[in-house]
Amino acid sequence: MSNDDTSKGIDRRGALECMIWAGTGVIWTLSGGMPKSSQLLGTGPAQAAEKVATGFSFLQISDSHVGFNKPANPDALGTLKEAIAKVSDLPARPAFMIHTGDITHLSKPGQFDDAEKVIGEAKLDVHYVPGEHDLIDEDNGKAYLDRFGKNTKGGGWYSFDAGGVHFIGLVNVANLKAGGMGSLGDEQLAWLADDLKGKPTSTPVVVFAHIPLWTISADWGWGTEDSARALTLLTRFGSVTVLNGHIHQLMQKVEGNVTFHTARSTAFPQPAPGTAPAPGPMLVPAEKLRGLLGITSVEVHHGKGALAITDTPLATS
Amino acid sequence: MLKFRTRRRAGAVFIAVTLAAVPALPVRAADTEVNIENFTFAPEELTVKAGTVIVFRNRDDIPHTVNGTKGEFHSKALDTDESFSFTFANPGTYEYFCGLHPQMTGRVVVTP
Repeated sequence: MSNDDTSKGIDRRGALECMIWAGTGVIWTLSGGMPKSSQLLGTGPAQAAEKVATGFSFLQISDSHVGFNKPANPDALGTLKEAIAKVSDLPARPAFMIHTGDITHLSKPGQFDDAEKVIGEAKLDVHYVPGEHDLIDEDNGKAYLDRFGKNTKGGGWYSFDAGGVHFIGLVNVANLKAGGMGSLGDEQLAWLADDLKGKPTSTPVVVFAHIPLWTISADWGWGTEDSARALTLLTRFGSVTVLNGHIHQLMQKVEGNVTFHTARSTAFPQPAPGTAPAPGPMLVPAEKLRGLLGITSVEVHHGKGALAITDTPLATS
Repeated sequence: MLKFRTRRRAGAVFIAVTLAAVPALPVRAADTEVNIENFTFAPEELTVKAGTVIVFRNRDDIPHTVNGTKGEFHSKALDTDESFSFTFANPGTYEYFCGLHPQMTGRVVVTP
């Protein structure tokens, strides 16, 4: 981050991360690619969250792991139901939903069925990208692509436009190489370059994929080895928001015009990098679990190029 | 069951090897186990005699796979406590990794 970011005594990212780790609902605003302090931070009237007419909002859910029944959460389908029930509590009805992967735990047909049934109760269009847990059927992802691969390219990537925003769903969990992390691959990157060609730089872009497109922990494989090539294609856009899952916890970073954000899981939490021997499910006391699971909603403010992201836990503990 | 199938194959390989190359050597394909725990293969490197059956057993609450980097072997996704067996019939060095978490790597060195 540049020096002027720290001029207020606490740098914005630090403050935001503190809030995030406190597990509160976090609201922050992005204007022309630069973050502004949120209303909740209370750092002055000039930085109060802008009250603008809401264009539309969409919802992100992630890592539902339907079929998971281990001690960290014996009923992942149950907490997915709770997450979907939260949709009706949102102040504005989302236009649609994105699911950033690990829909199921083991890619079994019954797990996909259960997930679709519960997610369908929100009565929203859902745009999926796969997690690595969704491609482990005997046919290496056929089960996922048969269900969700219509109108997608290659291994399941695609783009669409909604409310003046260009949405890009990427797949970074297929054909992973020994010793590496997530991977997009040449074919997908070529498609991305073509997809962005001719798009005005004023178009807000939202990119979503399962594994983070920034390296959070190489040791734990929490990153995408060729993400820099994708981000290079996105640098000319004024507002880029990258939404990921996989790490089952909130984390964010702002780099230039790009905001990276990871959503909570609806199934089980995972440890912060370096705080445990491995990145597996984190067992927490039952009464704490729902404070670590949740959903994310994103508001698009028309005419501002601004997105506001709100993370809502299933319960405050 | 995968396990039985690979064991039968192990027997076949054993017979073939004994008849063709080393008829006098009392090779016994003792099972050797690699534990998959905390997102690591343990032991990470293992040296065995040709003909050894290695059992890879997943002790994590997250599925893993065991994939030879050159495609020599390839398990299905192993859920908790599931295992995959492979007979290392031929001497050589076999690098492998988890196809879901490719930072997880291991190596089997097979001696004659």
